[in-house]
Amino acid sequence: MLEVRDLHKRFGPIHAVRGVSFKVERGEVLGFLGPNGAGKSTTMRMITGFLPPSAGTALVNGHDIVGDTLAAKREIGYLPENSPVYGEMTVLQFLRFVAEVRGFKGVARDARVEHAITQCHLEQVRLQAIETLSKGYKQRTGLAQAILHDPAVLIMDEPTDGLDPNQKQVVRAMIREMALQKVIVLSTHILEEVDAICARVIVIAHGQIVANGTPAELKARSPSGRLEDVFHTLTLGDEPVRKVG
Amino acid sequence: MTCFSGPAWAVYKREVRAYITSPVAYVFMVVFLVLTAFLTFSVSNFYENNQADLRSFFMWHPWVYLILVPAAAMRLWAEERRTGTIELLLTLPITLNQAILGKFFAAWTFLAAALALTFPIVITTCYLGAPDGGAIVGGYLGSLLLSGAYLAVGMLTSAMTRNQVISFVLSVVIGFFLLIAGWPPVTGMLAHWAPLWLVDGVAAFSFMAHFDSLQRGVLDLRDLAYFASVIVFMLFTAHVVLENRRAA
Repeated sequence: MLEVRDLHKRFGPIHAVRGVSFKVERGEVLGFLGPNGAGKSTTMRMITGFLPPSAGTALVNGHDIVGDTLAAKREIGYLPENSPVYGEMTVLQFLRFVAEVRGFKGVARDARVEHAITQCHLEQVRLQAIETLSKGYKQRTGLAQAILHDPAVLIMDEPTDGLDPNQKQVVRAMIREMALQKVIVLSTHILEEVDAICARVIVIAHGQIVANGTPAELKARSPSGRLEDVFHTLTLGDEPVRKVG
Repeated sequence: MTCFSGPAWAVYKREVRAYITSPVAYVFMVVFLVLTAFLTFSVSNFYENNQADLRSFFMWHPWVYLILVPAAAMRLWAEERRTGTIELLLTLPITLNQAILGKFFAAWTFLAAALALTFPIVITTCYLGAPDGGAIVGGYLGSLLLSGAYLAVGMLTSAMTRNQVISFVLSVVIGFFLLIAGWPPVTGMLAHWAPLWLVDGVAAFSFMAHFDSLQRGVLDLRDLAYFASVIVFMLFTAHVVLENRRAA
């Protein structure tokens, strides 16, 4: 359902993503794990069609994001990092706008918007300007925007970043709820989150995949059996080398 | 105009709403109306001229737009980049052209609304005498096209930066160049060393000459084509800039 093929991204002399490939099937929640600057966001931005890849491509439900960008974008729901939203709009106006860009009109548009509002528990704030909302509500508005068209593929960049523990629980529960019918890819640097919701984990460091497996498989790599230790050895191990070189 | 369908229309509506719900819009309109009225009545002595025409009104538009249109245009892309919403917008199923056109026509609608609110001066002129209707229509059409040309410049500079102040300043500078390109001191400076065709070419770039003839009520296709091509060129360049900034 989502197939990423040998993605590369170069920003001038910096080779930020170096040959990332993976496949995710429907019903699977894939966790993208890695330190800041490892290339998680850049990879997601290429899969969602925001950044054109320097090489490689991604097939979203069979649609090539490079060759058939619009068709691929229709299949994707995307929550970018920090959930950027138009602050001066109300939740309702914002979701209607997204629905209209996605081609829904009239009654169908309103039905989609209402459904997303219910699913993301936004009823109380629907007429409030987004810039006046708490971070948790703002994040959920971003999520509502991403799931509004019931996409086959849902991509979320740090969906629980900056939320308090209760809000994190709410967002995770929502992700788990949707997991069965969708391909979900989410990035995080919170290790407990991986354990809580991800069926599979990809660890990325310096733009490359350094591990790909279930959380249990990953834990088995370390004598302590702790995800944190595996993460450290995989991503910190070679950092001094990079600094010297 | 297949470009201006669903998604572009949605962007258009969003942008128009963004204008009318922001205080900037009202500041803009009030300043525009007060400034044009002041320049027309107090500086150009509209009444003392004893002429029932709107020349003393339209002659100031290139200068008023020079400052105000960049202020109205600077947020169009710079704001999207600064807040990161550009990532949201451009991962929706919309082409860059649709987004550019939606934004451009929304801002132009706003400028047209500000221009339309100057209608009392037409009533005043008609009350005082019998003005040339063609000149008034031409003047308004020219003014609208002129604002569109400034706007397209502002759209380009807004696409170039995430900083609205930089966008504003660049836009004023480019607009100023387009404004004075045909002015005798500029062409005179060029005439010393440049061949005549170049001097004429630069002069033909000027907003002034094209705006002037429209203002007199002369609807010359070449003037309309001039403004249309400035707009298309600037929007096309904005497209290239946005595309490149994504690829970089």
